[in-house]
Amino acid sequence: MRPGTAMLLFALLTLAACQREERDTRPQNSLGSGEQPTPVTTLEPGGQRASASDNKAASFEANAFHLSEGKRLFSWFNCSGCHANGGGGMGPALMDQKWLYGSSIESIHATIRDGRPKGMPSFRDKIPDDQIWELAAFVRSLSGNAPSSAAPQRNDDMMPHPSENRLPDAATLGKSP
Amino acid sequence: MKRLASTGFGTACVLFLQGCSGWQSALDPKGPAASELAWLIWFFTALCAVIWVLVMIALAAPLLMRPRTRSEPLALDAGADHRKLRVIVIAVGLTAAIVVGLTLLSFFANRTLAAIGSDAALTIRVTGHQWWWEVRYEDATPSRILTTANEIHIPAGEPVRLLLTSTDVIHSFWIPSLAGKLDLIPGHINVLDIRADKPGVYRGQCAEFCGAQHANMGTFIIAEPRAKFDAWWNDQLQPAGPPTNGEAKNGADLFLKRPCVMCHRIGGTPAGGTVAPDLTHVASRQTIAAGTLMMSRGNLAAWIADPQGVKPGSHMPVVELNGDELNAIVAYLEGLK
Repeated sequence: MRPGTAMLLFALLTLAACQREERDTRPQNSLGSGEQPTPVTTLEPGGQRASASDNKAASFEANAFHLSEGKRLFSWFNCSGCHANGGGGMGPALMDQKWLYGSSIESIHATIRDGRPKGMPSFRDKIPDDQIWELAAFVRSLSGNAPSSAAPQRNDDMMPHPSENRLPDAATLGKSP
Repeated sequence: MKRLASTGFGTACVLFLQGCSGWQSALDPKGPAASELAWLIWFFTALCAVIWVLVMIALAAPLLMRPRTRSEPLALDAGADHRKLRVIVIAVGLTAAIVVGLTLLSFFANRTLAAIGSDAALTIRVTGHQWWWEVRYEDATPSRILTTANEIHIPAGEPVRLLLTSTDVIHSFWIPSLAGKLDLIPGHINVLDIRADKPGVYRGQCAEFCGAQHANMGTFIIAEPRAKFDAWWNDQLQPAGPPTNGEAKNGADLFLKRPCVMCHRIGGTPAGGTVAPDLTHVASRQTIAAGTLMMSRGNLAAWIADPQGVKPGSHMPVVELNGDELNAIVAYLEGLK
């Protein structure tokens, strides 16, 4: 192979790295309505209930665009008013390993959409469904549950905590592997 | 054929030149800052063109002239060498003088620009967002502070001070007919003073690439006589009027029940979001989505039904509404004069 051809081939191959994620800005109805039953407790007869999974979950969970949109909405919708940048205040902390209703993105989505007892309001009809998924994906990244290749990077202004792509996974933090 | 081609070329040039006039052109100045800059542009261009022609003539002359026959090629000619040296010294001296002269011109033009707003009575804070402009009229009386979007009304003939900043990325504020461009930088305030000599509408454009919809981030300066401007300010300070008919009333209810209320503010209603354009008097503006669409019922409906089709990537999400709901909300917004 001639050096010129080899270089061209190499350049073409490196182009593939530019494809990081698709930016879907329209609602993805084809993936499902986002409706799934909302368990209000983890107590189930016969043990843990298998959480219903949603087709949208996978497409939002590890998508850099949706995660950064979720971060923007988290501040726009003043989630920090109760959750204080994930540290917790009037509402529970979001950057620890404790999950009152499970750590799955479906469960977080249900929490934002339908609310939870003791104060979490329902945002059904107030936030479009895809934006709720974006918020849910971002909330997971606050405890290190998003791939660091997709989680938001540092803020342009002062940061209350390390950027989401550098946060350690809360579930394994401090434990030997 | 050749004649036809040259005629076509001439016509094309004339057509292109027409792009240099109108409501967004640095070569069609409507204020002191832009006039100063336009004069500089023309003077620099003309002077450089003259110098370029002279240099080209000086370069071409030896090629075209018949070479002088010399009896002895190696003979020294002290007189000719001296003349050549003199030409070089004169040329270098002229070049230095012209460069210094142009620098001084540019310096004095800058002084003129800086003096425009030294006695400005009106201060407007312009904040860049992806992809629209937040416009806040400052006033010593808090109840007279006015927030609007994308359209900047100013009194004609008076200097106005603009405080430019941004909340997300760097934008640049450029009204070619009135002033040069200046960046809007997050966490920093830049000061730009402008004056429009005559009433009129002058279009502006974000001039620093700021993301997917950079091209659709337009703004308008609307210069009006002082009395009209004061009346406009007083009108804009009023809360939104109540919906006039049943459909608009439904729309007002839906606006509060649906995601609209999360981001937009409508004065006089519980809607108080500040992260998106203030809609209190949205129908009094000439365009929607930062100069992307003209204000009309149809365009409002198109924008609400599919903002990601009109302006892909913008932060206005697609909200699922049925036809009746969409009509109702549009009827309500259309009435917010």
